[in-house]
This record gives sequence, C-alpha cells and structure tokens, in this order.
Amino acid sequence: MPHEDYLNARYGIRSWLLTTDHKRIALLWLGSVTVFFFIGGLFATMIRIHLLTPTGYLVTPETYNKLFTMHGVAMIFFFLIPSIPAVLGNFLIPLMIGAKDLAFPRINLLSWYIYMLGGCFVLYSFATGGLDTGWTFYTPLSSIYSNSAVTPAVIGIFINGFSSILTGLNFIVTIHTMRAPGMTWFRLPLFVWAHYATSLVMILGTPVIAITLLLAGLERMFHLGFFNPALGGDPILFQHLFWFYSHPAVYIMILPAMGVISEIIPTFARKPIFGYSFIAGSSIAIAVIGFLVWAHHMFVTGESVYAALTFSFLSYLVAIPSAVKVFNWTSTLYKGSISWDTPMIYAFGFIGLFLIGGLTGLFLACLGLDIHIHDTYFVVAHFHYIMVGGAVMGYVGGLHFWWPKITGRLYPEALARTAAITLFVGFNLTFFPQFILGYLGMPRRYHTYPPEFQVLNVLSTAGASILALGYLLPMLYLTWSMRYGKVAGQNPWPATGLEWKTDSPPPTENFDVTPEVTWEPYDFQNRPDLGLAAGAPSLAPAHGDD
Amino acid sequence: MHRTGELYGQFETLEQQKETAALGMWVFLVTEVLFFGGMFLTYTINRRAFSTAFGIGSNTLDIKLGAGNTVVLILSSLTMAMAVWSAQVGKKKLVSIFLIATLGLGTVFLGVKAIEYKQKFDHHLIPGRSFDMKYHPAHPMPGDDLEELDKEKQDVDKAFAVDPDINAHGQLYFSLYFGMTGLHALHMIIGAGLLLWLIKASFAGRFTPQYNTPVEVVGLYWHFVDIVWIYLFPLLYLIDRHR
Repeated sequence: MPHEDYLNARYGIRSWLLTTDHKRIALLWLGSVTVFFFIGGLFATMIRIHLLTPTGYLVTPETYNKLFTMHGVAMIFFFLIPSIPAVLGNFLIPLMIGAKDLAFPRINLLSWYIYMLGGCFVLYSFATGGLDTGWTFYTPLSSIYSNSAVTPAVIGIFINGFSSILTGLNFIVTIHTMRAPGMTWFRLPLFVWAHYATSLVMILGTPVIAITLLLAGLERMFHLGFFNPALGGDPILFQHLFWFYSHPAVYIMILPAMGVISEIIPTFARKPIFGYSFIAGSSIAIAVIGFLVWAHHMFVTGESVYAALTFSFLSYLVAIPSAVKVFNWTSTLYKGSISWDTPMIYAFGFIGLFLIGGLTGLFLACLGLDIHIHDTYFVVAHFHYIMVGGAVMGYVGGLHFWWPKITGRLYPEALARTAAITLFVGFNLTFFPQFILGYLGMPRRYHTYPPEFQVLNVLSTAGASILALGYLLPMLYLTWSMRYGKVAGQNPWPATGLEWKTDSPPPTENFDVTPEVTWEPYDFQNRPDLGLAAGAPSLAPAHGDD
Repeated sequence: MHRTGELYGQFETLEQQKETAALGMWVFLVTEVLFFGGMFLTYTINRRAFSTAFGIGSNTLDIKLGAGNTVVLILSSLTMAMAVWSAQVGKKKLVSIFLIATLGLGTVFLGVKAIEYKQKFDHHLIPGRSFDMKYHPAHPMPGDDLEELDKEKQDVDKAFAVDPDINAHGQLYFSLYFGMTGLHALHMIIGAGLLLWLIKASFAGRFTPQYNTPVEVVGLYWHFVDIVWIYLFPLLYLIDRHR
C-alpha cells in the first residue's frame, strides 16, 4: 500500500499516545478494552470451573464472591460500555458523516486517558484484596461491611464515568455540527442514530452513577450516613439512584450493537433497510423510555405496589421499539440477495439471541413472575443473552465488517465463519441451561448448588469453554490479518456508507475533499460507484480467501 | 489537527467552530445538572424524613455570610456577562478588567466559605466522632451572640425530646451541607482556573469580535455554577428561619 494513511502518516510511541486523530484513538481503545475483556473473561472462566461440582472445589466462598464481582465490574464498566462506542463509534462516526474528526479531538483523547486512569484504580482494587460487593455496590454492604478493596474500585468507576460522559458529549455535538453538506439527519446511517441515542443515555445517566458512587465512597471513607439505616440514611435510595443509571446503561451497551446490525443487514441483503425512520426513531425511543423503567430491578424491595405496577408497564413499553427493530431487520431480508459473509452470520446470531434475551426480559418485567425468578440464574441468562448474545455479537460482527476499513486488510473468511458459528454454539450451550437452572430455583451469586443441578451446570461450563475458543480465534486471525491479510479495496462488500468512499485505511484527514452527499441511505440502485451492475445485485463480495 | 489562526483543523469555518463549542458547553451543563441532581434528591428525601434535625442544622449557619456570598456571586455573574460583552464588541482592555473582577469576586466567595467551614469545625459540627449538636450552645465562643445561642440551645433540647437520634440526623444534614457546598466550591475553583487561563489569553489580546468563544463558553459555565448556589442558599440556609 504505497499511499499515506492514518496508520503510516507518523511513527513512534508519541505519535500514538499524543494523537488527536479519532481513528488512532479508536485503536488505543481497541487495545485497552480487549485487555479488560480478557481479564473479565478470566474471572468468568474461573466461575464456570468452580461451578462444575455442586460443592465447588476451585475457590473459597469469599473468593467466589470476588470472582463474580470483578467479572461484572471489568465487563460492564470497562468493556461493554466503551466497546462499540469508543472503538467503532470513534472510528466511524466522523467517516460516516463526512467530517475530518470529532468536534473535540483533544477531549476525545482525554476520554481515553480518563478511562485508563479509572482502569488503573480498578486493577489496583483487584490486585489488593479484590472486590466482593457484586458489581451493583449495594449499600450498606459496600459502604460499611465489606472487607474488600471497595474504595479504590469506587474511585476508579467514578473516574471512568467522566470518560463515558465526554465520549457521549463529543458524539452528540459532532453529529449536530460536523455533518458534511447534503448529510441531512434522515440520510445519517442508522449506526449514527444509534450512537446519538446511546450518547443521550451516556450524558444523562452517567453523572447520576458518578454522584451516587461518590456518596457511597464518602460514606465508606468518612462514615457518613447517606445510605446507612443505622444513621438514618436509606439504602433503598442507593438502589434507586444506582438503577437510574444502571438500567439505562444496558441501552448504552445494546443500542450501538443494534446500530451495527442495521449496517450489516442491508449490506449483505443488497437491499435498502426496511423502515429507516422507524429504526432511527426506535433508537431514540429506547433511550427515552429506558430512563423510566429502573425500579423493575427493585420489585422485591417492598416498593409501593402502584410504583411497581407503573414500572412494570413502562418496562413492557420498551419492548415495542425493540420489536420494531427486529421486525424491520427481518423485513429487510425479504426478497433480498442474502450472502452469508461473516458479519452477516453475526447479525443473524444477534437477531436470534436478542430475541430470546428480549422476550425473557418481559418475563422479568412481569410483577408476579419476577417474584419467582428474581435473583436466580434466569436473570443471569437473560442479561447475558442481551449483553453477550447481543452487544458482544454486535461488537465482534462490527469489527469484522469494518476491519478492512480499519486495517486495509481482509480477514480469512473461512476461519472467520467457523469462529462465528463456534461463538453462537458455545454461547447457547453456556447460557441456555441457565434459564432452566434459574426457573428451577438456582439463585445467582451462590458458590454451591444442590446436586440435581449438576448436569445443567456442567453443560454450561462445557459451553463456556467453546465460547472461550470462539473469542480466541478472532483475536488470533484478526491480528494475523493486519500483516498477512489480502489487501482490501475501498469498498470490499460493497456497502453504501460514506466511510466506504475513502481509502482503506483512510488518510488522516479522512477524505481528500469534503464529500457532498446526494444519495439516500442504503440505496444500492442509484449508486453506480458501488460497481454493482444493474440487474446483477448478487455480485459476490471479495472474500479474504477467494 | 492543525490550527490555522484561530480555526482548528476539524472545522470548516469560525462560525461552525463557535457553534460547536457553545453546544458542547450546553451539553456539558446538562450533565452537570444531573450530577448535582443526585445530591439534591438525597437532600430532599432526607429533609422530608428528618425535618427537625435539618431545621436546627440550617439555623446554625450564618445567614449574614451566606446572604453576603449570594450577592458576591450574583455580582460576579454580572462582571462575567460584561466580560463576554466586551469581548464581543472588541473592547480588549475591558475584557481583562471584567475577567479579573470576576476572579476577585469568586475568590471572595471561596474565602467566606472557608470562614464558614472553620466555624463549623470550631462548633463540632463536622460529621464524625466529635460531632455534637449540643456542643456549641454549651460552649460559647468569644464574639457569639449569647441570646441567639440560648435560643439555639432551647431548640436543640426541644428537638432532642422529639428525635433522640438528633445527632445522627444532624450529621446527615451536615454531610449534605459539606457535600453540596464542597462540590459547588470545587466547581468554583475549576472556574477560577479557567478564568486565570482566560485572563492570560486576554492580556495577549487574543479575544476579538471574530473570536471570543472561550470567554463565552467559560461564561456559560460560570453562570451555571452561580445558579447552583442560588438553589443551595435557600435549601441550606433558609429552610427554618421563621422560628
């Protein structure tokens, strides 16, 4: 590749650590969230090994508490929340809207440094006694009784929150003010709409968890009484404040994945997306309604029955925009020219798993049923279907889809398909048995279980080992492909977005001249530049191993 | 990104740059509202539950210092607005003068706040082991208004009969008092740092009618911090003054 691009424009460690190029910052994020993903994955592996036997031989009960806590903290705050927005969003939003960079490039770099600083505090907590409060930090356990390293973890997550806030702020302002000529709101890729909705949740929710953890941390450090009933404080208040962020945070994790799927589906079905404005609007609807459902996590705290009814009803409402998306993706496939490329396999996996995760969410939103399955493995299975089956599938699928753009190289297609299917099989084997376990009454967060649950637990652990393989594979071949993969053209699939109209990898300034958008989104018909001959929409895409 | 004059490389025009910066600050202020919001909610719920203790705690605050500080802050908002206006019309000297005035008033506010904190420390009203709402009425300090103090003593005794845990609940009030005013003061200190940076740039003559975005954006921030105080003052100082 003779031309100059963002990767070879400058060399040296300084050119990376002091860069303000959104594409380079995205790669910094890619590296650091991958580290946290594998740290969190290590804890998960230990949990699953421990649960192979009913009595659990691997670790002590205290250590077990720390394992699931640290798994949750690493995965949620340091992998899932930043993953798609900070890596793919960072890389793609300016390219997709035809801008040279985000609105605030230096703040963008600052976000990453804040994340790293918060990450250091959390790793310090992990290394010096661990954390055993559950990722939920419920008081007064976290503020008084826990003997683990809660304070540095709380400080770390508090700091990390500002990274999220600044990323969200940057995206919102960028989408408002940096669009290229002709890039109207309803020509924006749905990926951008999804990130706009995500950013709304980031800026409105994250400050609340920041102040809540600050109060809990002050309570622990100075023995104050905000949430301590012995001093007149109210632990339920902590739960309300915590879930006011942490439920919408679920949408920080899933909305960007939905954005990824909305890009992949039309590309590999060779059809404009069905119901563009409904998919765009449903992202905003999910973000807005998502703020009004938090107390469904608290049905068993003794909250008022009227509040519970309201929150139950509002939680059901979220299903509507979510279903709108699933129906529209499915309708896009109708009479499309579908090719089973790796990103598409991830997209199909996403739709199926998100459907199961979403529908079981309705079980949990149902007041009577929730009493039965509250705090059981049913909940664990439900949110892993959304978070891993949904968000991580979307993330890995998106990485594959845009890998040629990011690195300029294609990954080996056959291997990638194998990995995608391995992931899908391993995931279902890991988590489907947990629905049954939960329904039968196995509580979450316990280090032992009755012997009759062993078969299902062994199945789950077996699935987890397949899942682990499924994650290692892409890491290996994607790394390999950076050097040895086939050179990708500007637009290997081909896809319709603006990001595919510049070189792969893109130059530092993204576009040689500011592009002007004259076409509608996802339109394959009126785009001769895509190289799709009229009447031959099934033109095979360029695979890495053709 | 390279900078051409005052135009940063990611932007096409100065107008776009200005619009972007202003929107960025507005969005940031939205996040600040929610950040403070968690504390206001905690305050509201606890005040409703422990109104007696909160009333007594509130009445120990020095209303003259609090009201004086409110005036100081409002004046600083005025000087800040004048600085923005001077930058827009190109009166370079006035920009520096008004920025320095704003910084001075902000510093006065923080100084008064420090005096108030010191008083609370002397009166054993810092949450912790030595916290005691009965301490100050029983141990007058030089310069205290003894008549006032006697009233405070009667109030505490009366409240103690109603709420035997008055010391625990009073600590909640003072935890929130220090938490909220402390967070506000932290914002003031950050604001003062931003003002210093503006003053330096203003001495270098950087602000012109074409380019004054930093003054305007810091102005927005400064007004926001003032507005937070406008809510804090009645909630902390004035809730039980009718007695």
